[in-house]
Amino acid sequence: MGNPILFLILAVIAVGSALGMLLSRNAIYSALFLVLNFVTIAVFYLVLNAPFIAMVQITVYAGAIMVLFLFVIMLLGAERLGGVGAVRDWEWATAALLGAVLVLVFILEMVLGKGVGGTETAVFVDSSPTALGLRLFEAYVFPFELTGVLLLIAMIGVVVLGRTKKRGKHVQHSNN
Amino acid sequence: MFSTVTIDWYVALSVLLFTIGAMGVLMRRNAIIIFMSVEMMLNSANLAFVAFARHLGDLDGQVLTFFVITVAAAEVAVGLALIVTIFRTKHSISIDELNVLKG
Repeated sequence: MGNPILFLILAVIAVGSALGMLLSRNAIYSALFLVLNFVTIAVFYLVLNAPFIAMVQITVYAGAIMVLFLFVIMLLGAERLGGVGAVRDWEWATAALLGAVLVLVFILEMVLGKGVGGTETAVFVDSSPTALGLRLFEAYVFPFELTGVLLLIAMIGVVVLGRTKKRGKHVQHSNN
Repeated sequence: MFSTVTIDWYVALSVLLFTIGAMGVLMRRNAIIIFMSVEMMLNSANLAFVAFARHLGDLDGQVLTFFVITVAAAEVAVGLALIVTIFRTKHSISIDELNVLKG
């Protein structure tokens, strides 16, 4: 499942960019760190013999979704709202404690339970887009169609939510 | 022990990324950042799925990742539309100020 050195380099980049996202004060930097994180995970997918998923990851996640995020951040001018500084101390401590507990439980499980175990399958699985598409349309046709409906519903929802009412001026006045 | 990369390494990385995402949800007050943290948690789960697909020699993990990415795309579109709507009415996206339902 890949070269250990390559894995470690990629893992350091992935965790570093994730921490960068967590700690950046500017939301734009957070979004850009997240793009780096997504691209690193796409490289992991390539290493893991999943080229199609890697390309989907880059086009959908690092492309479409993150552009949407950046667009909304710049639209709202929300770069500096609610930074790390706005967090109270006990909240920070609780979050750190919960995170530490989660990692600790995992480490204990890995050490005491001897890891996931099992040997890696030696057979090379054909994971070309053709094979993946065949699997998708043979075994998973119904969920696939359902995602089509889901995307349609999401689109209608976004249009309804994003619509500005004709009486928008009135609504703004009542707010003040 | 460290000569080959096993499934455990990928699960460990996945757990680390998931934890960082969860801490982002707990620590930040900006709704957009919280949303990005949720995306990162989804991604860490995807990484585990693909790693297990490779480990077990089965394509199903990749198919599931495909579905997760699709649903995440729909979720992001709706979520960001909600955030924009909230910002229009409250002029803030700090989750501390979204307390209208508080009794």
